[in-house]
Amino acid sequence: MKIVITSMSDSLTSTFDRRFGRAAWFCILDTEDEAIRFIPNEHVNASNGAGLKAAETMGELKVTKVISGDFGPKAKQLLDKFGIQMVMMDEADILIEEIIERLNHN
Amino acid sequence: MPRQRRLRKVVSPPKFKGYKPYGAREQKSPQEEELLYEEYEALKLADYDLMNHAEAATLMGVSRATFARIYESARRKLARAFVETKEIRMAYGNAEMDQDWYICNNCYARFTIPEQVPNDRCPLCNAENIVSVKS
Repeated sequence: MKIVITSMSDSLTSTFDRRFGRAAWFCILDTEDEAIRFIPNEHVNASNGAGLKAAETMGELKVTKVISGDFGPKAKQLLDKFGIQMVMMDEADILIEEIIERLNHN
Repeated sequence: MPRQRRLRKVVSPPKFKGYKPYGAREQKSPQEEELLYEEYEALKLADYDLMNHAEAATLMGVSRATFARIYESARRKLARAFVETKEIRMAYGNAEMDQDWYICNNCYARFTIPEQVPNDRCPLCNAENIVSVKS
């Protein structure tokens, strides 16, 4: 199972990014081999449709769960079509590693 | 028999249950203003996402004129609440969520539960105490 967390930069100590389509980085957690990867968001500066493109990326990566602050209407529709679980968090100053820790406590 | 209301599509629920005025010079009015989900959504689309009314109406699945009416009623409710120092309380109204959203009472994350992921626990903190936002 793959979990994506939107992130401000590419390390575990970076801050959680509350944007989805315009998030700077995506942190990908693979629960099978415990691998943590960071990929840059190519569409961060797209003039429009950033959310859609990000949602497409999630579909290509076969993600199961996306954790972000909010999702735009188009991204929501597409993620729902892919059957990807959307999780919205309002905490602004939380670090990626803190979120991962919270997930691992499950 | 009045004509049936078409349900307005609301993308996601508001993040609050209401607003309270504070420091009011006079007694706070005992009444409260009920802001419906679709009114919140109309206000958000028009004044926060800066969409034009035609786009926003399409998104909510209503005609442009109906959208303008919902938006107007939202603005008037806010204005009344401000002027008469009333509380604003969110009410479900005639909204139809694109997806069913749930909220975790432990960590306050809001999330969807897609069919492929049958799970009645919070995806973040695994708490069992989750409620549907519609309630």
